[in-house]
Amino acid sequence: MKILNCPLNGPRNISEFACLGEVKTVPPPDAGTADWANFVFTERNAAGLVREWWIHIATNYVFIVDRDTLTEETIRTYRVNDPLLSQSLGPGGTK
Amino acid sequence: MPFKLLRQGFRRTKALDRILPVQQPLARNYDVIIIGGGGHGLATAYYLAKYHGIRRVAVLERGYLAGGNTARNTAIVRSNYLTPEGVAFYAESISLFKTLSIELDFNIMYSERGHLTLAHTDAAIRTSRWRAEVNKHLGVDSELISPDEIRRLCPQLNLSSKARYPILGALYHPPGAVVRHDAVAWGYAAAAARLGVEIHVDTAVTGIIKDGNRAIGVKTSRGTAHAERILQAVAGSSSHVAEMAGFRLPIRTIPLQACVSQPLKPFLDPIIVSGSLHVYVSQSSRGELVMGGSTDPYPLYASRSTLEFKEGLMAHMLELFPFLAEIKVMRQWAGIADMTPDFSPIMGVTPVDNYFIDAGWGTWGFKATPVCGKRLAEMIANGRPPKLIEPFALNRFQRFVQIGERGAASVGH
Repeated sequence: MKILNCPLNGPRNISEFACLGEVKTVPPPDAGTADWANFVFTERNAAGLVREWWIHIATNYVFIVDRDTLTEETIRTYRVNDPLLSQSLGPGGTK
Repeated sequence: MPFKLLRQGFRRTKALDRILPVQQPLARNYDVIIIGGGGHGLATAYYLAKYHGIRRVAVLERGYLAGGNTARNTAIVRSNYLTPEGVAFYAESISLFKTLSIELDFNIMYSERGHLTLAHTDAAIRTSRWRAEVNKHLGVDSELISPDEIRRLCPQLNLSSKARYPILGALYHPPGAVVRHDAVAWGYAAAAARLGVEIHVDTAVTGIIKDGNRAIGVKTSRGTAHAERILQAVAGSSSHVAEMAGFRLPIRTIPLQACVSQPLKPFLDPIIVSGSLHVYVSQSSRGELVMGGSTDPYPLYASRSTLEFKEGLMAHMLELFPFLAEIKVMRQWAGIADMTPDFSPIMGVTPVDNYFIDAGWGTWGFKATPVCGKRLAEMIANGRPPKLIEPFALNRFQRFVQIGERGAASVGH
């Protein structure tokens, strides 16, 4: 059974969580259709380090996870306003 | 056969027939390079050589022949989809599958079983009726049937109204079939090789060579080769290979697990699918129950197996067939599925010139092998996609015209 360390609830069974997808840069409101299509659909889908949005379903708490999609290891979890998010070397390309 | 093998073992000369010729070094130039030696890539190579006269074709495979999702699916073939685009496409696939053994002179063990998609809720009944009407309109044999008719077709099912999810009806699709998946790939490979197609296994593509915005060749672990046209047909690595070519895809890569039981005497004729219970099952010609469920809950590139998946799947199997409680699981595995947002594949041209793509086949790629090969070959030969596969273009996501096929996925995802 996989355990994920939720910043609010502590270590919980991974079946209590859902993955909401990659952390992406939101285009400015006046961006063109192509940029929005890109934002909505296109994925980096890396085999390796990824930075993703996750949610703890029972408490509706959204946070950020760095994990490895080849080894299924969780590297770190962050609160959304965690100062480490900007400092830490996130996986390339997800910023 | 064992005695023949034993006798061969003591002989000096190895006289057994090879299906494929001995692998030669990569040539410098080809007309077409196909990245990915799975069912789709091999089928495309075959149709190119046979019907379009393009024989200087190389199929490059990183591992061994058809060892990816071609070897990991549950071998089910059907065409009872939901969207007109999907139904037309898969209907052609079934018609090609039916005569494939003769076409390839290779027994693919096509076995027509009938396909039952069980409905446990009013919503599922509604979707089934919708699918049946779309199917019939397009000439595909599908019908919504009642529990009485289900009992006649499959008396082993638990049709009690006291079950946790009672069966209210089913979408019955008589042409649903199972096929020996490995044989499909080997058959295409052998037939293509006879026509002069080169198949290179253990040949990993490490880069795409471009001249401006035009793809002109590939770098591989066994040297460099140039080609007029390149097709990417790599399930499970689509995003990775597309990145080499210089573009990104609307794909999330998620494992799909499956397993088989110990062999049993033949008792289950039709293929049984339940969307609400997340299970599909058929009995193979060896007597094993081939079982699968929904994809894993989050993206991953590891074909590991999880206890959660098996617990869930077995609990649901027992809802349908309570008498299987003592039966053991014999083997389990996982495939790496490239899921698109609209549960439909991506076929056609890409932002890179002369570089074509066949990707996003998620959990439904095997049943499309022949039609995919035939139509992709047509596209590569003519330089533009034929009408049948036009709706599946990569740029549908830029134009916001997706093909919502989720309602017809075998199980919920």
